[in-house]
Amino acid sequence: MAEFEPDESQIRAETLVVGGGIAGMTVAIETAELGKHVILAEKLPSIGGRVAAMHQYFPKLCPPTCGIEINLKRIRQNPYIRVLTLAEIGKISGSPGDYEVEITLKPRYVNDKCTACGDCEKVCEIERDNEFNYGLDKSKAIYIPHLMAYPPRYVVDPEYASDERMKKCVEACKYDAIELDMQPRTVTAKVKAVVWATGWRPYDATKIDNLGFGRFKNVITNVIMERMASVNGPTSGKIIRPSDQKEITKIGFVQCAGSRDENHLPYCSAVCCLASMKHATYIRELYPDAEVHMFYIDVRSPGRLEDFYVKMQEDEKFHFHRGKVAKIEENPANQNLVLHAENTLTGQITTTEVDLAVLATGMVPNTADEAPPLETPLDDFGFIVPDTGKGVLGTGSAVRPMEVSASIQDATGTALKALNIGTRR
Amino acid sequence: MDPKIGVYICKGCEIGRSLDIDQLIKEAEAGKHPVCKTHDCLCSKEAVNMIRQDIEGEGLNRIVVAACSNRVFPELFDFGKNVLTDRVNLREQVVWSHTPNDEDTQMLAEDCLRMGIAKVKHGEPPEPYTEETSKDIMVVGGGITGMTAAKAAAEAGYKVFLVEKETHLGGWATKFKKTFPKHPPYQQLEDTTHTELIEEISKNDNITIHTSTVIDKTSGQPGKFEVTVSSNGQKSTFMVGSIVQATGWVPYDPEKLGHWGYGISPDIVTNVQMEEMVNNGGIKRPSDGKPVESIAFLQCAGSRDQDHLPYCSAVCCRVSLKQARYVREQYPDAKIYIIYKDIRTPQQYEMFYAYAQEDEGLFLTKGEIAGVAKDDDGKIVVDVEETLLGEDIKIKTDMVVLATGMVPTTKVPDEILEEHQQALEETKEEEEAKTDDGKKAAEAAEPGAKILNLTYRQGTDLPTLKYGFPDSHFICFPYETRRTGIYAAGAVRAPMDFASGANDAYGAAMKAIQSVEAVGVGASVHPRVGDISFPDFFMQRCTQCKRCTEECPFGTLDEDDKGTPLPNPFRCRRCGICLGACPERIISFKNYNINQISQIIKSINVPDEFEEKPRILAFICENDALPSVDMAGLKRLQYNPYIRIIPLRCLGSMNSIWVGDALSSGFDGVLLIGCKKGDDYQCHFIRGSELANTRMDNVREKLTQLVLEEERVQLHELAISDYDKIPKIFDDFLEVIETVGPNPYKDM
Repeated sequence: MAEFEPDESQIRAETLVVGGGIAGMTVAIETAELGKHVILAEKLPSIGGRVAAMHQYFPKLCPPTCGIEINLKRIRQNPYIRVLTLAEIGKISGSPGDYEVEITLKPRYVNDKCTACGDCEKVCEIERDNEFNYGLDKSKAIYIPHLMAYPPRYVVDPEYASDERMKKCVEACKYDAIELDMQPRTVTAKVKAVVWATGWRPYDATKIDNLGFGRFKNVITNVIMERMASVNGPTSGKIIRPSDQKEITKIGFVQCAGSRDENHLPYCSAVCCLASMKHATYIRELYPDAEVHMFYIDVRSPGRLEDFYVKMQEDEKFHFHRGKVAKIEENPANQNLVLHAENTLTGQITTTEVDLAVLATGMVPNTADEAPPLETPLDDFGFIVPDTGKGVLGTGSAVRPMEVSASIQDATGTALKALNIGTRR
Repeated sequence: MDPKIGVYICKGCEIGRSLDIDQLIKEAEAGKHPVCKTHDCLCSKEAVNMIRQDIEGEGLNRIVVAACSNRVFPELFDFGKNVLTDRVNLREQVVWSHTPNDEDTQMLAEDCLRMGIAKVKHGEPPEPYTEETSKDIMVVGGGITGMTAAKAAAEAGYKVFLVEKETHLGGWATKFKKTFPKHPPYQQLEDTTHTELIEEISKNDNITIHTSTVIDKTSGQPGKFEVTVSSNGQKSTFMVGSIVQATGWVPYDPEKLGHWGYGISPDIVTNVQMEEMVNNGGIKRPSDGKPVESIAFLQCAGSRDQDHLPYCSAVCCRVSLKQARYVREQYPDAKIYIIYKDIRTPQQYEMFYAYAQEDEGLFLTKGEIAGVAKDDDGKIVVDVEETLLGEDIKIKTDMVVLATGMVPTTKVPDEILEEHQQALEETKEEEEAKTDDGKKAAEAAEPGAKILNLTYRQGTDLPTLKYGFPDSHFICFPYETRRTGIYAAGAVRAPMDFASGANDAYGAAMKAIQSVEAVGVGASVHPRVGDISFPDFFMQRCTQCKRCTEECPFGTLDEDDKGTPLPNPFRCRRCGICLGACPERIISFKNYNINQISQIIKSINVPDEFEEKPRILAFICENDALPSVDMAGLKRLQYNPYIRIIPLRCLGSMNSIWVGDALSSGFDGVLLIGCKKGDDYQCHFIRGSELANTRMDNVREKLTQLVLEEERVQLHELAISDYDKIPKIFDDFLEVIETVGPNPYKDM
């Protein structure tokens, strides 16, 4: 990676990539590996995005860390990539082949002298909710977001930058790396194409009233499940009931929680069926005797992913129920959850009591709340409409919900589409 | 150039306060290297400048940075192509994971430093191998995917040869009337756009189109593929740098479907035939040309079926919904049935499904097809079981459409695969009858689909993983294949629709472009992108054992008549698996070779007294296992100080000579740690961990020769996220070694 000099105010590149998740990283790496300059701008303190928070990928059940590691290696060794973190995109002006983009770099409060030695963290007295683990645990106010965080440097939660107690951290740092008075600054990027890879966020499960998330402790979501299963997660890889830390004996997966639903997300997020089946394998590994119940409308495992579904069907303790969960209630005696499901064809109602319920919530494009600053056609759900020739080039789950492999595929092609914009002019 | 080594030891991040740095620098100075220095913070700008000045002033060409992991800011310590640098990891792998100021920790640090020095001393900075190469790209297949790939590469300024076996371009798109909705509100069918695409690429000067053309032979390597094609009996030859294979799919053979009724009545057609019918004048009952009053679409005809295609073709649900729309447009009152296992309309295509459900004459039912029969009146009767209504139903219709799936053109017919298997067993028997020295039977080349007709020793086409789809790390690296410079796109890579194929084409074109550019400067493509080292063969000592030519996962090596390997450096991915395979040790990279690693082993101080200081040598994969050990350090997990780690490019590149070296020099045990093998392999070089496992046979042989216990060598699979398991793996192994006892070669 090319270092960003503190006095630089204008940077030139072929392509600006907004969003440092797997899609954005891929666009940047593929571009740079062709020897073309690229800027990767991420609004969080480190790149890696949502895949960094996943425990395993379906169907191979391999750790995403493996792919992130090799991608970070590719970034570290490539002089054509500049990574900007804590970067916010301002005004974009110009036209295809010649854009000028204002980027605000918010203060990290830690400069590039940081060696990540950890002395500051040890003396830091302030704790805060750890958003990487969906608030399930705490981190210090000066922290490294996660084990694979890149750049591997500390960051100060801006809320506490002016807190008197942070001075202790400054004193503990042997390298003069902490600058609590660091100010935001603006740089201008001159680029030929702008790629928007801002990805997704999980649908807010508290909006699905009937499913009890937020009201019942033992109702969690699929993304929380990923963090619980991770060795570096809030429970060090143990999947336990939030209410009493008990082991799981019977778990229920609620598919299409808010998805394929006119009142929430009318579309299908394409990954949730496989994600839940993958979660069942986590449970199976920890609790070989636990029963798994999955309530679905259609099981969607396209292509070779069907093999994964077939494997699950062979598991005697995995019960598939065709039907949508209409309501979840809590059994006050034991905090178990009662899932009321209706068979979508017969109208028959069943009830199943489980000790943990996982809502398979869908993916909402981040562009639904924050449209790109350049006028770009979006669909009713906020996804960027691809290949319109107008506005930014969308890629990954900013265009449609997709799993990691599809994101990488899409992003690789988008890297070329972006370069070709420059070639044409 | 003789090595002139500079050794730099960092005292920051607890290193200085956990180790005796004076002792460490003495250890370095004992080697009489021109520069040996310490610094409080080696990653500071000032320190990096100091090293740069020393390189300049003292003419250093080897640098040892004893500080933190090479995963941290490697760009700071990149001193150009003439300087070989090694990072000795004193931080994560020594002081953060071991007791500070302890004798064992100090010994570990000193060994690590000596190992780093030995590594640069016995290695050389690599120089690239270059030749004049072609940057032109061949696209095979003129369907939507192939045409888009040609367009994508041509737009980027590359010359493209587009080869299509049919008389015209367009592929399946020419046979289909419409395609699914790609644009909001995702309800209306759209045009296939192939006509515009054909026009566009026909006008493009960068694209040469060869229709009615098949490939007779593709020889050579990336940058220098020599392609011989035939067109109407005329042969011609051209040179390309890389290849995009977009040869698409064929429909699953409906004749094989049995109870689905294909063939019992002309009124039972496949979805492809339906599409052709729509395109050729509209939907009529094939038996009598009468209008259609009712029609049933039977989903998963042969798909998601272990007896036919176990996978899902991903498009058929949408195809039937689309064809239902054709029916509705022509027959406003027709009854339309769709019988499915699951309706699969992912993403925004759900809106297409939702819109279709508004059609009151469309009946969607989940169920299994028990049988399809022809009634006395000529109509078709479909028996449906296991419907959710809890009852079996019969549907009587004018017509049935079987939603058959897609088979990649790379799928080798089962008959040929069986023949190959048989031939393989026969050769094996013959070989076994002839030789009794346990030498592996010569492996016949893999049968290929005969599309590219590669002249590779390992087979004619892309090696496949399952169901005929090309082998790759399909999650993280969807465009990787096992033939460097050849990239699959579209339905040949995975079942997909036109829009996805067009999108896929850009990705594959990108990889093809990267490949020609990388080859042009002698650099590797994925996963060791940019690596300019390459294997050198000392042919005089080759015994033609063929291990390297058989084992290379990427088919890099061909063979002459005698079995001598013929290297093709541009096909090479630099994993070093050939180096691990070679019993004569004639294969080496300048910066990674047998002698270098043997010297590193020699540089480790093995104490004579076992009781107090056992020593274990660990060969570990640098891609996953090594970062995992780092993470153990980042998490401050404490582990045994008796382990000495040598990272390998891939565990498959482990040569059993090193295990022999270690054991004969007194190491009590050897650990081999690599990635997961098998169907869900995690090896970056696809076959490496599998091969490491087979190398264990050679290792056992070595152990027998040395009269040592088998337990002294253990192989482990470790995922990068398994860092929490590392302390236990080390401790458990030391326990085993304690039971087996000290290595008797220790004091010899």
